[in-house]
Amino acid sequence: MKREPPQSIADYGPLFFPAGMLLIFFVVPFGTMIAVSFFQRQEGGFYTPAFVFSNYERFLSAFFGGVLGFSLMLAVTVAICCVVLALPFTYLLSRLSRRLQVIWLVGLLSVLSLSEVIIGFAWSTLLSRTAGLSNLFVKIGLLDQPVALFPSFGAVLTGMVYQALPYTILVLYPAIVRLDPTLMEAARTLGSSPIRAFFNVLVPALRNTIMATLIMVFIFALGSYLLPQILGRPQHWTLSVLITDQAIYQSNMPFAAAMAVFLVLVTLGLVALTLLIGRKGEKA
Amino acid sequence: MDTFLKTGVSRRAVLGAGVMGAAILAMPNILRAQDKSLKVGVYGGYFKDSFDKNIFPEFTKATGIAIESVAEPTGEAWLVQLEQAAKAGAAPADVSMMSQVAMLKGQTTKLWTPLDLAKIPNSKNLIDRFVNKYPDGSVAGIGAVSWYITLVTNTDVYKEAPTSWAVFWDKANADKLGLLALVSNSFLLEVTAKTFFGGTNALDTEEGLLKAFDKLAEVKPNVRLWYRDEAQFEQSLKSGEIPMGQYYHDVTGLAASEGHPVRSTFPKEGGVQDSGCWALSRASKKADEAHIFIDYMSQPAIQATLSRKVGTSPTVKRELLDLSDKEFAAVSSDIEPIIPRYDLYTTKSDWLNQKWTELIVG
Repeated sequence: MKREPPQSIADYGPLFFPAGMLLIFFVVPFGTMIAVSFFQRQEGGFYTPAFVFSNYERFLSAFFGGVLGFSLMLAVTVAICCVVLALPFTYLLSRLSRRLQVIWLVGLLSVLSLSEVIIGFAWSTLLSRTAGLSNLFVKIGLLDQPVALFPSFGAVLTGMVYQALPYTILVLYPAIVRLDPTLMEAARTLGSSPIRAFFNVLVPALRNTIMATLIMVFIFALGSYLLPQILGRPQHWTLSVLITDQAIYQSNMPFAAAMAVFLVLVTLGLVALTLLIGRKGEKA
Repeated sequence: MDTFLKTGVSRRAVLGAGVMGAAILAMPNILRAQDKSLKVGVYGGYFKDSFDKNIFPEFTKATGIAIESVAEPTGEAWLVQLEQAAKAGAAPADVSMMSQVAMLKGQTTKLWTPLDLAKIPNSKNLIDRFVNKYPDGSVAGIGAVSWYITLVTNTDVYKEAPTSWAVFWDKANADKLGLLALVSNSFLLEVTAKTFFGGTNALDTEEGLLKAFDKLAEVKPNVRLWYRDEAQFEQSLKSGEIPMGQYYHDVTGLAASEGHPVRSTFPKEGGVQDSGCWALSRASKKADEAHIFIDYMSQPAIQATLSRKVGTSPTVKRELLDLSDKEFAAVSSDIEPIIPRYDLYTTKSDWLNQKWTELIVG
């Protein structure tokens, strides 16, 4: 069936509802945030409408640069860990029987129903000295005495990967299931080992999906503010934590808004850069 | 899907449920229609539960005013919500319990309706510092309860109770402390000034503040957890995972009475006394009921009940209370308290916040 391009306004009709929703729930709040980011902060009070750059000026410092850099690094690391874990897992999952696949997927979906708070507290118990996993290691003789594994960077990373992994798998799953199985069969017939075929055939064939998944997990991880607080030390707090501090505890909305706008711009910039590089790579 | 549609729910039942649902949704309006009600914001969790159980039913019995209690978050989140709502002419709660810093910030935007002390005769019972005033002398809020932040320890790990805040600086306590994460709720600058620099007056000047910051930086290696959320620390304190820190005297006492191995100590420099005020949002239309409520809450008998049942420290004068020495000691102490320098958190809030964040994050 050939699709006609839309002829009249009525043909665009089905788009009105989602476009309206996007306008009301994304464009308007984001516009408000941009406006507030230029407002004048009243110390010891709230803010007054104005057009000043002082909120952005305050952000442009080595201190906040460092926090921003850490947040981006953390999000990239989470994205890479998730994809590296999820890709082989999802491939193996796609080769299981239908029944087992459904069981696995239901299990993964149920992880999504856990809130960030529950994940954070559960991991902090698992990684604690008094009740955590290290007690098991002592039992089986790997450690001499139980140790606290949190707060630490590893704990933050573990918690965030745990939270993002189901999303990663669910995004990769349709693409991998739809992949032509004869590709791998051909590779095997031509004598490549399963691991070699995975890296030389499957991964390149899924390049665009992998890129899109990386970007999605990256953005998802960038917004995390609870897990770094529960599982990390202050130097592991992300920019989102400081934004929350300003908005909720300091009632400094203009500065919080300026930081948030900055974070969104840097994120969009990085995504655009990634897509640009990807496109260049395709042409070559 | 088919089986779902075939279940025996009749059309009549669906309609009936719809009417029921609509009636339930309309309920708040019915409640609002009777004028005698008041929405009161109190800190959610243990506080709100205690008020709902021990205080509000008695108030309704005495005055005929129904109380709808609203769980408010700690910190300034509630202030931000009240402020935004007031701009839109709405009041999520008529009267709210607000911290001192939030009171001062609300004053700058005239968020609080000035209270008429003539309608609150019991306000004369209060200790002077618990009457919160606008710069022009009108009353912004009336002390609701006060509470102490004290030195808490896990009794399994520390057999002897520590006696001074200076133990936070002891190198033997490396990686053992849980401290509040914000400059404006931990009051650690005041603790540092009182412990090492002779009193909170040392914070009058910028040099004094910087000196306190420098001294406080020495505590950093001892801190395992900087917490915003109380549950985060309380659990770790009970289990001994983080065996020492600063925490609320009332909640720690409650945990100890439930058999957990924790204790709260008033250090010789004093506990930090913080307090909450009843404040009336300018968007509220229930000023009369609010005055009746605040007057009721300022009675010595009610303050004594609060001390016995909720574990808070009274805001009315000691001699008016029928609390025994033992009951008084359970919620307060004769050691002169450290009173936070609330003025700093409004005049220098951004500077303090920036220095503090750089101190703990950097």
